[in-house]
Amino acid sequence: MTAQLALDDAGLRRLLHGLPPVDQVGADARAAKLGTRSIKTTAKAQALDLAVRMVDLTTLEGADTPGKVRALCAKGKHPEPDQPDCPSVAAICVYGDMVDTAKAALAGSGVKVAAVATAFPSGRAPLAVKLADTAAAVEAGADEIDMVIDRGAFLAGRYAAVAEEIAAVKAACQTGGHDAHLKVILETGELATYDNVMRASWLAMLSGADFIKTSTGKVSPAATLPVTLLMLEAVRDFRAQTGRQVGVKPAGGIRTAKDAIKYLVTVNETAGPDWLDPDWFRFGASSLLNDLLLQRRKLATGVYSGPDYVTVD
Amino acid sequence: MFDYAPAPESRSVVDLKPSYGLFVDGAFVEGSGGAFKSVNPATEEVLAEVAMADAADVDRAVAAARRAYDEVWSRMPGAERAKYIFRIARIIQERARELAVLESLDNGKPIRESRDVDIPLAAAHFFYYAGWADKLGHANLGPNPRPLGVAGQVIPWNFPLLMLAWKVAPALAAGNTVVLKPAETTPLTALLFAEICQQADLPPGVVNILTGAGATGAALVSHPGVDKVAFTGSTEVGRMIAKQVAGTSKKVTLELGGKAANLVFDDAPLEQAIEGIVDGIFFNQGHVCCAGSRLLVQESVAEEVVDRLRERMKTLRVGDPLDKNTDIGAINSAEQLARIRTLTEAGEAEGATRWAPPCELPERGFFFAPTIFTGVSQAHRIAREEIFGPVLSVLTFRTPAEAVEKANNTAYGLSAGVWTDKGSRILWLAQRMRAGVVWANTFNRFDPTSPFGGYKESGYGREGGRHGLEAYLDV
Repeated sequence: MTAQLALDDAGLRRLLHGLPPVDQVGADARAAKLGTRSIKTTAKAQALDLAVRMVDLTTLEGADTPGKVRALCAKGKHPEPDQPDCPSVAAICVYGDMVDTAKAALAGSGVKVAAVATAFPSGRAPLAVKLADTAAAVEAGADEIDMVIDRGAFLAGRYAAVAEEIAAVKAACQTGGHDAHLKVILETGELATYDNVMRASWLAMLSGADFIKTSTGKVSPAATLPVTLLMLEAVRDFRAQTGRQVGVKPAGGIRTAKDAIKYLVTVNETAGPDWLDPDWFRFGASSLLNDLLLQRRKLATGVYSGPDYVTVD
Repeated sequence: MFDYAPAPESRSVVDLKPSYGLFVDGAFVEGSGGAFKSVNPATEEVLAEVAMADAADVDRAVAAARRAYDEVWSRMPGAERAKYIFRIARIIQERARELAVLESLDNGKPIRESRDVDIPLAAAHFFYYAGWADKLGHANLGPNPRPLGVAGQVIPWNFPLLMLAWKVAPALAAGNTVVLKPAETTPLTALLFAEICQQADLPPGVVNILTGAGATGAALVSHPGVDKVAFTGSTEVGRMIAKQVAGTSKKVTLELGGKAANLVFDDAPLEQAIEGIVDGIFFNQGHVCCAGSRLLVQESVAEEVVDRLRERMKTLRVGDPLDKNTDIGAINSAEQLARIRTLTEAGEAEGATRWAPPCELPERGFFFAPTIFTGVSQAHRIAREEIFGPVLSVLTFRTPAEAVEKANNTAYGLSAGVWTDKGSRILWLAQRMRAGVVWANTFNRFDPTSPFGGYKESGYGREGGRHGLEAYLDV
């Protein structure tokens, strides 16, 4: 719908700045109110399992080793080895050079491999480097690519450059017969205003994003409930206008089951139940899974087990 | 589908007695006018029997208040009065859960509202006015402000404890003593407040609570020993009170009905405006005198706003007020439910289009689904009369001038809301709206520092802030 406009900063500015503005106080208040929903018993059990299925279990450290990645994959497949009813996570999220290791470790499990690409986390590299980064991860078998947008270009109003880059990475995800899903990281902590979050969400969706994601996890603040609320409103409105459904992934800083359930409530009451599925909503997290497992056990047994009852990987 | 399992708040924190007396001169005493029942509007179960105060009880209470005023309270240094009021505020916080559950039981409002709004705000009013008690001379109200004497206060059923706080806190801070009559359908938190006064060691007679119905209220406001009358409630009763006190030396403040306009312009933060519309009319089942019951939307976005509003209304959860996930609780009484039904039927008969989300209402109790009417004109009853229920009338406008004209075209003038991203337009509108409160990009926000009150048939006088203090002082 914006093939013509996409070439032009001014045209994109008119489009994006024509979106309804966001009142920050009101958005924060709405998110806080959604956070007061009280999810108990059967609803909680259902929510915990759903949250486990939505986790992109993540390790993004410079010190990552194949051993570390394999251990994480094992955990992702069977988070609770003694409880076969515990679901697997959605994906293991790693750096590009670890994709083949993860892919091999996860073979046949149904757990996807997500790779961060495009000079993650800063995105400060020439486009050719970013595309090569993406292509390498896709070639190695990544099912999903998490890219970062050029926040500098976005804040400078060079919307066309951002859009073109997303479209180019999307094309790179589809080269050589591959079809990797593209998650576009807005790094909302650097976008500063809620209006910018809304605009960046639309820009990413218009440029071909399959998912929009809040953060790299390397910048503070990372995911927040109000920002996720706005992105959920954006995907809901985008589907209403274009018919195309886009997923949402808050990432970074979501550590407790209680927080995760607040996000699920927000999904349920904002975008709607269509998004309550790992295909359309993910948590980018490393430590969230353990708390989900502890809460899961608490619900099943009535008592809390300690941190030594879940694995540290 | 993500079904939220029931998350009921425990009733066990409340110690309900089978019957309650009046609170006069620091003690619970029997009334001489018989008794009446207070029911839980969500289940129609009888919660307690409450004494009906008659004219003799009013006499006793006013005499107790006069004695306490003359001998103790008016002579006490402001800093000493402040200590008592602070103490009351802290006890309200300590007993917040108990008060919230009791309020929801007696009134039917959702626990999330009594817990998160009513009780914290009630405590905030006591804290705020406690701070003024020793600074009356510095409130810019004149050199030597003096208390008025005995205040006779009559409050409504929609925010029982909060309205008590709005009335009692400034009265006590200013050095007055009070006789307060809560509404007959919601007397229980006022009686718990009487216990709190005892717990705070408030001198006997400073606060007196008389339960009863209209006759009790009439006896109180017309009592010659009352120096100041404060009433919140319907315009109809407000008129009667104004007539009763006309020609006497009593000072009066009246907070009456409203039919507030909530104006949405095409450049508004739409998503937040939807929340504001929902808060404006569905908060407390619409039992809010300043509810935004007339939505005026700019024509260019009217369809989009109404579509979004319908989608949002589908997520509202109607039902058990004690369930922590309930958004809309019970209508306070069978009479009120009947009135809402009559007016909504009138809306349909006049040709407006009615819509409510599909939702199952509990079989027992007084419930009404959140409802909107589109295609409403200024000439319809539902655009003119206060419904006092979860019923929104949607009208449209084309220009800012038309918006102001329509918004002001009402017998009331308590509040208004405006949703726009333009600061200049907010200021332009605020100067032209004939309403006591104009909210910009928000609705139904209350704060003890902010004065509240009406124009036209919405009453006179202000509560809250310094202005609220002035209403209890001879300046």
